[in-house]
Amino acid sequence: MEEEYLPEYGPKWSDQRAERLLGALVCAVVGLLLAMIITVFARAWPSFAHNGLAWFGAGGSVEEQLNQIYLSGLSGADYVYTFHGWQLIWSTFLITGGAVVIALFCSLFVSVFIVEFAPEWMRNILQPVVRFLASVPSVIYGLLGVLVIVPFIGNHLVTESQKASVAGVISLSGYSLLAAVLILTVMIAPLMVSIFSDGLRSVRPGWLEGSLALGVNRWRTTWKIAVRTARPAIVAGTVLAVARAIGEAVMLAMVSGSVAFAPNPADGLIFIYEPSRPLAPTIVKNIDSLGSPPANATLFAIAAVLLLSAAFFSLAGWVARRSMRKYGATA
Amino acid sequence: MEASVATPPPTGGRSPRMGPPKSGKDAVEGSAAWRLSDRIGLAICWALGLLFCAIAIAIVIYLMVQGLQYLKLSMLFTPATAGFSQSQSGGFSDALLGTLIVAVMGISIALPAGVGIAVWLVEYGRPAGLARITESTIEAIAGIPSIVLALFGTVIFSSTALGFLSRTSEGVVFGRSFFAASAMLSVVALPLVVASTREGLNAIPRHVREASYAVGKTKIATTRRILLPAARPQVATGAMLGLGRIIGDTAIIVVLLGATQNFAPVENSAFPFNYLRGAGTTLTNFVYEASPTGNLNQPQKAYAAAFVLLLLVLGLNAAVDVVHRRARKAGTWSS
Repeated sequence: MEEEYLPEYGPKWSDQRAERLLGALVCAVVGLLLAMIITVFARAWPSFAHNGLAWFGAGGSVEEQLNQIYLSGLSGADYVYTFHGWQLIWSTFLITGGAVVIALFCSLFVSVFIVEFAPEWMRNILQPVVRFLASVPSVIYGLLGVLVIVPFIGNHLVTESQKASVAGVISLSGYSLLAAVLILTVMIAPLMVSIFSDGLRSVRPGWLEGSLALGVNRWRTTWKIAVRTARPAIVAGTVLAVARAIGEAVMLAMVSGSVAFAPNPADGLIFIYEPSRPLAPTIVKNIDSLGSPPANATLFAIAAVLLLSAAFFSLAGWVARRSMRKYGATA
Repeated sequence: MEASVATPPPTGGRSPRMGPPKSGKDAVEGSAAWRLSDRIGLAICWALGLLFCAIAIAIVIYLMVQGLQYLKLSMLFTPATAGFSQSQSGGFSDALLGTLIVAVMGISIALPAGVGIAVWLVEYGRPAGLARITESTIEAIAGIPSIVLALFGTVIFSSTALGFLSRTSEGVVFGRSFFAASAMLSVVALPLVVASTREGLNAIPRHVREASYAVGKTKIATTRRILLPAARPQVATGAMLGLGRIIGDTAIIVVLLGATQNFAPVENSAFPFNYLRGAGTTLTNFVYEASPTGNLNQPQKAYAAAFVLLLLVLGLNAAVDVVHRRARKAGTWSS
């Protein structure tokens, strides 16, 4: 094409025009994100305004409140906005926290194994396995949870006496914190492993060789030098995994039990068998009530909380990962 | 693994890592002389590594056994129908087609947009402030839960200005359609395409660009003729990762595709648009609805559909592997 040789007169793909076009595209994407944040918060505002900080507090059953909110929107007269989301927030906290702690432990060992200790053949198996686990759709994890893990917990792990002891409050059928945490762990661990091993790989070989030359064995060298140097990558991976876990909706809607209930660790070990419902699945389960204005505001308020926390965690992860650069790493 | 593209191969026979050198296994320090605590740690490594493999194998084998047991070839070609038992209620051809439609439409938005953003970030990137904002925007988009995107989609596509993209009756816009779902799914795929393309462009050494400028090519001509073709493996990888994310997403489909069991075409449109403007279903939505917690409760169908979905995902994974291997065989830049 001749215009490439005549950039000044090129009508179609001149440099300035291309730069402006791409710049406009970039601005559009930035604008989209801003529009999304503004829209979500504008829609959520009535719910936050009516409840104030009590939105995050405890009080009453969330289930009943959501129902009241929905019904008040249909009658049209005066909208009810009263909503105390503590049960949902606590459930999100327990499930995310549990899964991230377990996944952090497992992923750290697995990524050290992949980078330093696994024999060649094992590495060639593990890397595709990690990639595969990361790419399985969440609905498949949910299906396996509902049809395999949940019945197993309900029939074999929970005893009859445990079921009887809480019979008046909640039924223990296997839809539980335990199932949710286990499956969520499998879902977020691959993400952590891939970021951790990128970090471990980018540690300068000279530092490790220095330690080895001093007679420190390979295991100690890895943990004292490589893992410590890769700390930003470990923080980044963990934080990104938290963001992913907070936003997980469909799988948790399937296995967490979908009962607004706050399991109390003070009750003893039984709390891991109790059902609950985190924030994100609440939106999925109540999606049909979007037509009712106050319910719409409440669901957008939940979305606003999710958006804010997930965006915060993923930006924190990005910042942590950038700080790896000062070691000359590219991760 | 991608990070190693630009680094020169280690000189001499020994690898710079502590791992086993390519020749002679006995050069590696064994674990026999370690302290007990260190050896226990290594054992935990092995145990967890094997556990990961076991989980992956268990998922594949279990879904294969259940899927092959219930999957009939006819299911792929018959739409879902109302029925009292699982043998009467048809197949999931609409869901399979819906997945393909959503994948094609989603990636055809995400790929050009993602490549464009990556090119701007790597090749132009002025003003620097905008570049920094863009980078963090992409990171933030990657972290946004898809359920939030879905809710945002209901707001956009229910606006009267975009009524031509979905079912409209008496001025009320339904806002659920293949257009709406694909547009939001493309946002989910966007960060993956951007990240992968950027990586590819960054791996191309500076002198390649300079050689092109030296013969009088403009920046955009260099990008189109030299840089993008050179980065094609990474672009393809990004596209396939994005496709995988689109195919696997459920929350956006449940909210923005209307969660019907079949295609629900709009009456007053020409052929492809009546379907695309209407509601529909995909495999993920079908699995969700057919699971015991969904509205249909047909676990056998759910297993069959999940197996088909898993095959799609495995196929994409294999394709990514092939692209990687080919790119590695083609060699890296010598700087």
